[in-house]
Amino acid sequence: MSKVLDELQTMYRTMYLIRRSEEEAARAYSQGKVGGFLHLYIGQEAIAVGAEAAIEKTDYVITTYRDHGVALARGSSPRAVMAELFGKDTGLVRGLGGSMHLFDAEHRMLGGHAIVGGHLPLAAGVAFRARYMKESFVTLCFLGDGATNIGGFHEGLSLAGLWKLPVVFICENNRYSMGTPLSRTTPLADLTVKAAGYGLAADRFEGNDVIVVRDRIKLAVERARSGGGATLVEVLTYRFRGHSMSDPGKYRSAEELEEYKRKADPCALARNQLVASGIAEEQIAALEREVEAQVADSIQFADESAPAARSSIDAFAYASGSSV
Amino acid sequence: MRQLRYRDALREAMIEEMERDDRVFLIGEEVGHYQGAYKVSQGLLERFGERRVVDAPIAEAGFAGLAVGAAMVGLRPIVEFMTWNFSLPAFDQIVNNAAKIHQMSAGQFRIPVVFRGPNASARQVAAQHSHAVEAFYCNVPGLYVVYPSTPRDAKGLLKTAIRDDNPVLFLEGETLYGIQGDVPEVGQEELIPFGSANVVREGRHVTVVSFGRPVPMLVKLADQLEQEGISMELIDARSLRPLDTATIVASVKKTNRCVVVHEHWPYGGPGAEIVDRIQREAFDYLDAPVLRASNLDVPMPYALNLENEVIVTPERVRAAVRQVLYLD
Ligand SMILES: Cc1ncc(C[n+]2csc(CCOP(=O)(O)OP(=O)(O)O)c2C)c(N)n1
Ligand SMILES: [Mg+2]
Repeated sequence: MSKVLDELQTMYRTMYLIRRSEEEAARAYSQGKVGGFLHLYIGQEAIAVGAEAAIEKTDYVITTYRDHGVALARGSSPRAVMAELFGKDTGLVRGLGGSMHLFDAEHRMLGGHAIVGGHLPLAAGVAFRARYMKESFVTLCFLGDGATNIGGFHEGLSLAGLWKLPVVFICENNRYSMGTPLSRTTPLADLTVKAAGYGLAADRFEGNDVIVVRDRIKLAVERARSGGGATLVEVLTYRFRGHSMSDPGKYRSAEELEEYKRKADPCALARNQLVASGIAEEQIAALEREVEAQVADSIQFADESAPAARSSIDAFAYASGSSV
Repeated sequence: MRQLRYRDALREAMIEEMERDDRVFLIGEEVGHYQGAYKVSQGLLERFGERRVVDAPIAEAGFAGLAVGAAMVGLRPIVEFMTWNFSLPAFDQIVNNAAKIHQMSAGQFRIPVVFRGPNASARQVAAQHSHAVEAFYCNVPGLYVVYPSTPRDAKGLLKTAIRDDNPVLFLEGETLYGIQGDVPEVGQEELIPFGSANVVREGRHVTVVSFGRPVPMLVKLADQLEQEGISMELIDARSLRPLDTATIVASVKKTNRCVVVHEHWPYGGPGAEIVDRIQREAFDYLDAPVLRASNLDVPMPYALNLENEVIVTPERVRAAVRQVLYLD
């Protein structure tokens, strides 16, 4: 198989893994195995996966509470992710963070963050290290469309622009911030105009085709890596589920939702691309079965793991000792 | 009296005050078209229109500051924070502007703003979404802080808050919204003054002082202790700043023992303030040190089994009560 096709197949596999993990997480939530808030990534898979394909393992990523897709795309263990949602000791952060706070140092995943906009200055700080130490890594920072209104967004971009920091801000415009459509949170139709105010480069495109996402994010990543500074990328997308599990989604019509599912399902699109490139249906089905087994294994692992350990309650409020 | 849910009592207070005074308006995320993240503002948009029920983008510092500015020139905003956790990006507006402008301007400008929303853990929402903010804000002169635990207090205190000419921080509870309780009939207006504690239950052996979310749990505990022969007096401070020292001290002088129960972290805060006032004003009446039962001194974990230990539990209160009674 060609390298191009191989890459597409790998990306589809990850997207399908995210899709199926999310569906199972939703089921586990309705069974009471997952608590708190659960924000699903279904409909937006091409963005995390395409972006991951545009960077190196040595680059860093930071995101919002809608973080499962990003963690899985980075390479976090599906078992550890699911166990975290289940609040187990084997979870990515030992049951301390849950759905909204997936951190994975090994995979350079700097967390899911739950205060809107709060993580953008962090992303600038991570990129600051690259500049400070003259290192070549790039930082990707995911955010929602609703986040472009809060101070953290503006201050983060301000600093990234001023010091030409190697960071790419990826605004996943899924057209709603909770129950509010974009038209009622900003008078702008194009969010990238906000980049100009802080001297950032900008790009804007539909984000359902994983190849398009990869190639366009690559441009911004190359700009960052070669000293060209930060970029604000607006990726147009749509979430197929409610804002979180507790949102019945009454603010949008069933027709609108169905329309996007029909026309803009990133998983279906990637699958069709595989078929169109001549990959045999049986080969795709085999890959999907493999993913199914992996997801089932993650659920079983999460189910059977021991609950979060009592000793974790006060083990981590402070770092002990000194690392220098 | 009729039965009303806490959430509906809050809504009634807003409706009555908005009908009474055109200068009162509600602003916050999802308060209008979405009908409120926790449905406190359900139906208000339909009733009052977009002029007075304002959906704001995610810009807490912006709309909190906007409310302070509007208040300086005569409007009376109610700011809904989707939860109090999201007041932290607006901390500067609340502390530096809302709390200070009246004093800095030598009384030329008043800041009649109510900031309201659910406080403390909503269950399993982890460290960034579980703040009990009373300890941060009670430290600030210029602010009033109230935290009702019943539908009646929710309504009566919110009406007072809206009519007050000072910035009032009004703490609610996500797990309180659904509780039912007695509320005066429509037309029987009740304004509950700040600085008045509520003696929820009289008792002889020990005074338990609390506020906000733990109160319903303590009512149940009082029943259980009664059966074990311990008569517990329960005081709901409900107004934290100003604080009704007199009611608390009078109770302690009667029972000679006290446990203070709260959700905020144990370092300082209104919990510690209450203890300090008791030791100053009732020292000679105390038969045991005043103890506190609170959330543990750690960021809130997500896992249910851990969260259940971190949030103040009836078992911890019971242990403290037994300890001040020297039963163990
Ligand atoms: C400062 C702050 N305010 C409010 C919230 C509550 N909240 C969580 S997500 C959200 C909507 C965010 O929308 P958007 O940025 O478009 O991201 P999406 O959820 O669509 O991915 C809101 C209002 C929050 N977490 N933080
Ligand atoms: Mg959005």
